[in-house]
Amino acid sequence: MEFFLLLLTSGIAVGGVYALIALGFVLIYKATSIINFATGEFMMIGAYIFYSCTVLAGWPAIPSFLIVMAGAGLLGLLVEKTILRHMLGQPTISIIMVTIGLSSILMGLAEMIWSSQFKSFPALFPRAPIIIGDLIIRSNLFWGFVVAMVTVAIFALIFKYAKVGVAMRATAGDQLAAFSMGINVRSMFTLAWIFGSIAASIGGLIVGNIGGVQPNLGGIGLKIFPVVILGGLDSIGGAVLGGFIVGIVENLAGGYLDPLVGGGVKNVAPFVVLVIILMVRPYGLFGRKEIERL
Amino acid sequence: MAILEVNNLYLSFGGLQVLHDVSFSVNSGEIYAIIGPNGAGKTSILNCLGGFYHQQKGEIFFDGNNISHISPDRRAALGLARTFQNIALFRGMTVLDNIKLGAHAHLKTGLLGAALYWGPAHREEMALREELENEIIDFLEIEHIRKQPVGTLAYGLQKRVELARALAMQPKILLMDEPVAGMNAEETEDMVRFILDIQEERDLTIVIIEHDMRMIMDISDRIMVLNFGQKIAEGNPQEVQKHPEVLKAYLGEKREPR
Repeated sequence: MEFFLLLLTSGIAVGGVYALIALGFVLIYKATSIINFATGEFMMIGAYIFYSCTVLAGWPAIPSFLIVMAGAGLLGLLVEKTILRHMLGQPTISIIMVTIGLSSILMGLAEMIWSSQFKSFPALFPRAPIIIGDLIIRSNLFWGFVVAMVTVAIFALIFKYAKVGVAMRATAGDQLAAFSMGINVRSMFTLAWIFGSIAASIGGLIVGNIGGVQPNLGGIGLKIFPVVILGGLDSIGGAVLGGFIVGIVENLAGGYLDPLVGGGVKNVAPFVVLVIILMVRPYGLFGRKEIERL
Repeated sequence: MAILEVNNLYLSFGGLQVLHDVSFSVNSGEIYAIIGPNGAGKTSILNCLGGFYHQQKGEIFFDGNNISHISPDRRAALGLARTFQNIALFRGMTVLDNIKLGAHAHLKTGLLGAALYWGPAHREEMALREELENEIIDFLEIEHIRKQPVGTLAYGLQKRVELARALAMQPKILLMDEPVAGMNAEETEDMVRFILDIQEERDLTIVIIEHDMRMIMDISDRIMVLNFGQKIAEGNPQEVQKHPEVLKAYLGEKREPR
């Protein structure tokens, strides 16, 4: 039982981080219908900026964090304005290829600037593990979870209550109508990329803080696909729930099944769940179902 | 006084000439109808007015401003509202949320504006807006569905919600694209009553496209007739009904008896 709870809590903690990264993905997809395959690389760039600020420049964590957010926002803005703006109306497959190309470019850039060697952050949080009742959680994982949840909550509040958030939801709902309501749809697209990039980069910070930074840190982005597809590509609540499901399934499978078959189940299990759920609910758990009226 | 003036509009897509030298002006407070056979270019005119299509030549003046080349959202902010032929509501949201979004045009959507928009002025405006929303909801008799998601509503009600959302923008002019298309007799009657009330009580200028001739002849102050992208007639309902070009376009030419 104790083993189960241990796996469950670390699953929840990891799931919270997945949820944040998935949020970065969903924010962009919801407003612009673009599947951003470079989400993982946005994370990686965020982590490297943080590394440069704290280790290379020796600045304290909080200002470095703010610089990461500004840098990530700028990256999202540039990508949207210089590349994707011009792809409007092009076939989906071309746009997907562009984001895949972008991910390779960012990875190459990171290798040129920071080399492919493994880097790590200075210790940000007290090293002692967090103890809740009988449970012991690694400190980096616990604080990563806290940061992720706070970020997700802030984004959710913006979407629900702030004018900008309402305008973004309207843009996601119906672009023509949004335009007619006086919403500047183009700047909403830009904003979606800025928000998406910031969410991903904070995710990158957390992952980098737990496991170090290298150019292929973004590989974790692959795990985000089961998360977002599980939740429905365009649902923020779904992304959060999907994150937890994937984190928990992964950890339970890793803990119970890996010793039996000699490893590997941990990485496959989320995809097995994904396939099963999609067979039952093709639009994901919370995805928008287009209802055809005849 | 003309609130909307369109001068020599030309619009083509590739080799297809959609609008050819169309000029007209709409007087403040009138109901101005645009009719014509399918494919005559009626909706294209609305799309040019709204800023979704870009005319090759010609200019559009609205309330003293030249709006020929500005973006759709800025036109909306100037007081130009629209309802669509195929309903364009925000489907996941409730009726009330949709109507609230109508008032959005008057709030600056800039990044900084959103962050700085707090305090008593904010509260005061919210109160004013709520009053407006309630008034519109009462007026269009949709009180009973205000909390419902729009996707679940009957077609006629969805059209009404779309109208409510447009009114919440407090526009100076309302462009309506086939407001009663696909409605049954009762729904049509309701909509006609609302349109007349809106014009009367709110002193709103309305430009309307519709195929329902009886309705058009009943409510319009003036009518423009389009055929193949060209204006072939303009005038009050009696004049238009007798116009030889109009009869030709709608009924075909009379053959000489042999």
